[in-house]
Amino acid sequence: MRHIISILIENEAGALSRVAGLFSARGYNIESLTVAPTEDLTLSRMTVVTRGSDEVIEQITKQLNKLIDVVKLIDLAEAVHVERELMLVKVKAAEVYRDEVKSLSDIFRGKIIDVTSTSYVVEMTGTSDKLDAFVEALDEDAVIEVVRSGPMGMSRGEKGLHL
Amino acid sequence: MELSGGEIVVQSLKDEGVEFLFGYPGGAVLHLYDAIFHQEEVKHILVRHEQAAVHSADAYARSTGKPGVVLVTSGPGATNAVTGIATAHLDSIPMVIISGQVGTPVIGSDAFQEVDMVGITRPCVKHNFLVKNLADLAVTMKKAFHVATTGRPGPVVVDIPKDITAPNIKIPYEYPKEISMRSYNPVVKGHSGQIKKAVDLLLKAKRPMIYAGGGVILGNGSEELTAFSRLLNYPVTNTLMGLGGFPATDKQFVGMLGMHGTYEANMGMHESDVIIAIGARFDDRVTGVLAKFCPYAKIVHIDIDPSSISKTVKVDVPIVGEVTTVLKEMIDLIKASDIKVDQTALESWWNQINKWRDVNCLEYDRGSKLIKPQYVIEQLYEVTKGDAFVTSDVGQHQMFASQYYHFDKPRRWINSGGLGTMGFGLPAAIGVKLAHPGSDVACVTGEASIQMCIQELATATQYRTPVKVINLNNQYMGMVRQWQEFSYESRYSQSYMETIPDFVKLAEAYGHVGMRIDKPEDVRPALEEAFAMKDRLVFMDIMTDRTENVYPMIEAGKAHNEMKLRVAPGTPINRELA
Repeated sequence: MRHIISILIENEAGALSRVAGLFSARGYNIESLTVAPTEDLTLSRMTVVTRGSDEVIEQITKQLNKLIDVVKLIDLAEAVHVERELMLVKVKAAEVYRDEVKSLSDIFRGKIIDVTSTSYVVEMTGTSDKLDAFVEALDEDAVIEVVRSGPMGMSRGEKGLHL
Repeated sequence: MELSGGEIVVQSLKDEGVEFLFGYPGGAVLHLYDAIFHQEEVKHILVRHEQAAVHSADAYARSTGKPGVVLVTSGPGATNAVTGIATAHLDSIPMVIISGQVGTPVIGSDAFQEVDMVGITRPCVKHNFLVKNLADLAVTMKKAFHVATTGRPGPVVVDIPKDITAPNIKIPYEYPKEISMRSYNPVVKGHSGQIKKAVDLLLKAKRPMIYAGGGVILGNGSEELTAFSRLLNYPVTNTLMGLGGFPATDKQFVGMLGMHGTYEANMGMHESDVIIAIGARFDDRVTGVLAKFCPYAKIVHIDIDPSSISKTVKVDVPIVGEVTTVLKEMIDLIKASDIKVDQTALESWWNQINKWRDVNCLEYDRGSKLIKPQYVIEQLYEVTKGDAFVTSDVGQHQMFASQYYHFDKPRRWINSGGLGTMGFGLPAAIGVKLAHPGSDVACVTGEASIQMCIQELATATQYRTPVKVINLNNQYMGMVRQWQEFSYESRYSQSYMETIPDFVKLAEAYGHVGMRIDKPEDVRPALEEAFAMKDRLVFMDIMTDRTENVYPMIEAGKAHNEMKLRVAPGTPINRELA
């Protein structure tokens, strides 16, 4: 099953490699990983999307907790949560595609954030499924480049992952 | 007090009460060595190879419970230390390893003797630090000792660039008395509800087993374990790392379990209905094939490390906490409980165990004209009155030592259980002897293992550490040969050395006493003679039966009740066979 693990970790050099190293050393898989400092600059928040049986996920969370730099973590899949991923897509936008891409982007509530005579860059956020669907809806030949952030998430309601 | 970085490191070691610093100098740590030169409180032990520095400090820690401390230079000094660090990591030994690093301005430029020590050691340390600011140095040292010695212990590396230790830059020094880290708060007390559940389960058991590991020794829980076990009168087995955690000569002790464990311990585990694992981690050398592990048992597991619980074997009642604290709470609950142990069931369980004991799985051919390695260990046990510190290398001799030397006290059996590091034994013996100068220290080794850190004979000369090296010389890498015999139709690929040195001359060359023993009747007198030489290192090269194997053995893919025995149960040993 797919799990989204959100981690608060000391914002120190090498913290990312401790997490990445743990996954590779123990043979866990990482589908995506995002990391950035939080509003408290001494902390980073990391979001790891991984898959595994309940036993594997239990070990992953225990091993992550064992890392000295990890302050707190939560497996978002354990409760209701919201998740979003950011994607930028550069598409060909010459005569043939120009209107089609624009209307498709509107349908998916994307924003065109760069325009040239031959290309658009579309910005889109949503669940990973929605982003997949948009890329699939585009003509394969039209896509020049895709970059995705990987999902990040939060639990619903008042409670949050903080110190 | 204003101190330079080099002085801060040395002063912090004094503030931590460090007695010995095991190390080897080099370019990146010259400032540090100069600071060491100006004081006498922390004694520096100059080894002959950095791996040995870590093993010596590691064994010092194992035998005393205090952290072992190491100082090595950058680059090759650091990489040579890695095997020792990994050894300590897998056995959860509290250590602080200080490594020099190239100066901060040149880090990352492939400078002379530069390696990414923090990167290289990341998977084999509890934690590591790179100190980039002088102002962080003292607090980082404090954190290193704190992390190494609390919770589940382990080695911590502090990598210090050369410019941080420069003598001309001084800052005010204050060593923190206490430290708290928001990201690191090890659990101490077990969950009371879980403890209650465990006690109820234990008291209702009909075929119980107490399976205790190295955590009991690391957590100083031997007394509590002994009291707990005696209160219940349940059989106790120890892992390789747990030997000495419960007195081996106690009638409740059924020996070591696992791959080379006793028949009674392994059969007991297999047939048990309730097992309590205490500070043990269900290592693959203990469990055999997981699918067939303890099929009838409900399992209680006490461990300080949550990630040890249900890692390989799913347990029924997990308890995260310190062994001593949890066991004390259990003892109180047992005494107060209304549930009474079913004594009839327990008696018939003991009868069954005693039948397994009667198989006498550790019996060997005592009439042999060749020296049996088992005999040497038995004699060593008698000559040292069971009270020596015994270090070992890795292989057959290690298993013989664990089977035939009966450890009644914790911290007496010093071996590399997790990583299985050949070369551990001699430097370990030196570390133990420094910590316990008045005690007998024996290094049980083999002619292959001893050659991996043989250079430490010089360290032993320099610091006058009169350990006794018991070299069980079968002219093979015995354990490799045994596996090749069992699983590769005796194709002894590379498990034999064409040239083995004259160990007597070698010992003498280093200024020690060498002995060569090749007759069974000479073993006892030679051991007595060697241990009578209180102030000399004696290297005993004992020529043993080349074909001897370690039994019992659980081979790959087998379960506890599928042990390979020397002889089938009930068959008398042929004492004529030479």
